[in-house]
Amino acid sequence: MKDFAALFATLDQTTRTNTKVTALADYFRTAPEADRLWTIALFSGRRPKRAITTTRLREWAAERAGIPLWLFEESYAIVGDLAETIALVLPPPSTTHNASLAAWVDHLRALKDAEDATRKEQVLAAWEGLTPLGRLVFNKLLTGGFRIGISRKLMTRALAQALDRDEADLAHRLMGDWTPDSTTWADLIESHDPTDTLSRPYPFCLAHGLEDGPESLGPPADWLAEWKWDGIRGQVIVRGGQIFIWSRGEELMTDRFPDLAPLRDLLPDGTVIDGELLAHDGDAPLPFAALQKRITRKTVPKNLLTEAPVILMAYDLLEEGGRDLRATPFAARRARLETLLSALPHTAPLRPSPPIPFTTWDDLSTTRASARAHRAEGLMLKRRSGPYHAGRKKGDWWKWKLDPLTLDAVMIYAQQGHGRRANLFTDFTFAVWDGETLVPFTKAYSGLTDAEFRQITAWVRRNTTERFGPVRQVRPEHVFEIAFEGIQASPRHKSGVALRFPRMARWRQDKPTHEANTLTDLRAMLAQYG
Amino acid sequence: MVLHVTPKGLFCPAGDFHIDPWRPVARALITHGHADHARDGHGAYLATDLAAPVMRHRLGEITLDTIRYGEARQIGDARVSFHPAGHVPGSAQIRVEVGGEVWVVSGDYKLEADPLSTPFETVRCHHFISECTFGLPVFDWPDAAEVAREINTWWSRNAAEGRFSLLGAYALGKAQRVLMMLDPTIGPILTHGAIEATNAVMRAQGLPLPETHHVTPETDLCARQGALVLAPPGALAGPWARRFRPTSTALASGWMRLRGVRRRRAADRGFVLSDHADWAGLNRAIAETGAETIHVTHGYTDIFARWLTEQGYDARVLRTEFTGETLDEAGET
Repeated sequence: MKDFAALFATLDQTTRTNTKVTALADYFRTAPEADRLWTIALFSGRRPKRAITTTRLREWAAERAGIPLWLFEESYAIVGDLAETIALVLPPPSTTHNASLAAWVDHLRALKDAEDATRKEQVLAAWEGLTPLGRLVFNKLLTGGFRIGISRKLMTRALAQALDRDEADLAHRLMGDWTPDSTTWADLIESHDPTDTLSRPYPFCLAHGLEDGPESLGPPADWLAEWKWDGIRGQVIVRGGQIFIWSRGEELMTDRFPDLAPLRDLLPDGTVIDGELLAHDGDAPLPFAALQKRITRKTVPKNLLTEAPVILMAYDLLEEGGRDLRATPFAARRARLETLLSALPHTAPLRPSPPIPFTTWDDLSTTRASARAHRAEGLMLKRRSGPYHAGRKKGDWWKWKLDPLTLDAVMIYAQQGHGRRANLFTDFTFAVWDGETLVPFTKAYSGLTDAEFRQITAWVRRNTTERFGPVRQVRPEHVFEIAFEGIQASPRHKSGVALRFPRMARWRQDKPTHEANTLTDLRAMLAQYG
Repeated sequence: MVLHVTPKGLFCPAGDFHIDPWRPVARALITHGHADHARDGHGAYLATDLAAPVMRHRLGEITLDTIRYGEARQIGDARVSFHPAGHVPGSAQIRVEVGGEVWVVSGDYKLEADPLSTPFETVRCHHFISECTFGLPVFDWPDAAEVAREINTWWSRNAAEGRFSLLGAYALGKAQRVLMMLDPTIGPILTHGAIEATNAVMRAQGLPLPETHHVTPETDLCARQGALVLAPPGALAGPWARRFRPTSTALASGWMRLRGVRRRRAADRGFVLSDHADWAGLNRAIAETGAETIHVTHGYTDIFARWLTEQGYDARVLRTEFTGETLDEAGET
């Protein structure tokens, strides 16, 4: 654990990518195999099964620190990280433990089936013998999530460097739902063929946002355009007579989408398709909210299956007849996809994402403006000659999203942030006018610069009119332009609407509050775009 | 009430004066020179003789009367004295006694000793007005000697690798405290103008600061590769700091106890060093005053007041405009 904690400290104490990669690569060169495997797992979002509920951890930590639970909770709200809060409130250690990372993980696993009293005793004993940094790492193992500025891509690069291996091949091997318990270093890293594991998905190819127009992309004839669907990305794999459906976050979602099960028999063995999972009524996609109901359910009740049936809007063919097609140009992959799908019955829960014909960028720009009517967020542009990249590579895939919808709103409540933003007011509630009163309709947390957050924080401190716990009512003086991707009716909200991805686009210091938008404007937007 | 809050600040009707007011008043008693306590525009100021030079430097031509620690003075019906707060050189708690009732305004304070500030002194009172900038149990300051070792280790490693060590610290107090912790055998110490100006004032007062070099456009930085550069926190991200390359950046502040805050500031290192009391310090200071009524100001006031209430105090939240320790001080040049 000492070595891993030291690695954690080094990674945490630098903002330089190169220093991080070097530190990780050094660790991968020297750490024991079991620790390496766990390190890869942790930095790719795989954590040991939670042996203890966080409720218990909070209680034990508060008790050991000699503070009431409410005070622990208040502290946690400000620190923003449970593992860190526990590490900070505990009294200094009285002894020293010296176990490896893998040994700690095993130790934790043994706790899963233990009696509550034993668990408590063991956890308190662990805290007692670890430095604050060691405790932080240990608590992270307990609570899960190693988000410390190490992306999976960065970890993969370090691993490639340490092993002198190809990064894309390693990225592929690290896909899927393996855990250090279900695999070995040899199987994961050293086996000959990464598709040996039937369920293993390919790394998703990701697009960059197109900031300016597409004119800089060269001749329109080099590009294929399609809608950017407002669903969730999915990879459907049919291998060895089985079907696997993966999310972009590498969650296996096969059971959530029984609608797609027939594809196992409809698609030939050795087929992998990339596409968008959408709720669809047979003619057109349903609003995202319909799909959302499906995503949150592990098992789907029958009525929901009929109410919000899901299909795969297919846009790429990654594997055909067991052969990896990713190096083939996109236009050819696309043609094969269409041939493959044309053989399927019309009732199949799978259809090709239609290509959008265009000859000039201007044509396309006109089409893009109608995206909302197609329930799309904008357009995707893919280079005809491009391969299917692993991850986010600039150049061949672009998303050209619609400009967001915007409204000018008045800030009426403010709340302190936590974690990175612990001493700033960053969480705001915004309102629009209904006659002479302000009706709250959305919250927003992001979009301002650090300097602006500091400025507004100083203002909030001086202009609080009332307090409701952590929430402060402030003088309605500031207008912000709120940008959002979509708007929907919602009986749960006072204003009757719910926004998708609201954020502060601009602080309109030039606008007096009476020029902010009204509830009527908001309802008009709902009628037009909802 | 001996003291109460008005829109201008903490007011003592018996003596017709304000303490650390935030709007211009006729007569202001000032605990210390930080900008949120010592503001511009008052008719007459009263502060300790040790705080006076910095206040004159910061506020320019002001009518300033001085008082020594422990010296009693009658102002109207109030008897007033100033006592060491241990926060920065010259900082004071102000004791106000009216008709046998004693109130103490802590200003900002810390209990740990440092080589420059007169150590905090407990003053018994009935009402204690306490800051609580770091009034949460997660704030527990490490030993200053240990922090000094961390800073010097960081600096020598950077120096060995040819990097500047750019360290952000408050220009008044924190910067000088850091200077006293540095090991000058590691290399030269460079300073931002805002810090050097304060250094000059304190040197003139007789405080034994180590040698520092003010960074000007003429400074030959190539000759000083590996130097430690001390600047106000706000200057670290600005154009001023860009001349130092390559660098490792760090901040010295109580806020560095929280990983999230350090990461938001994108500093490589955070050294936990504060001129304010930590959780244990606040609790100890409050207990030792013997006060039954505690008025808490700037910081996590609601939480801290609830905690004190549970400990049996009559705890109240006092709404003031003090800000405590922030990381926003920019420094002019």
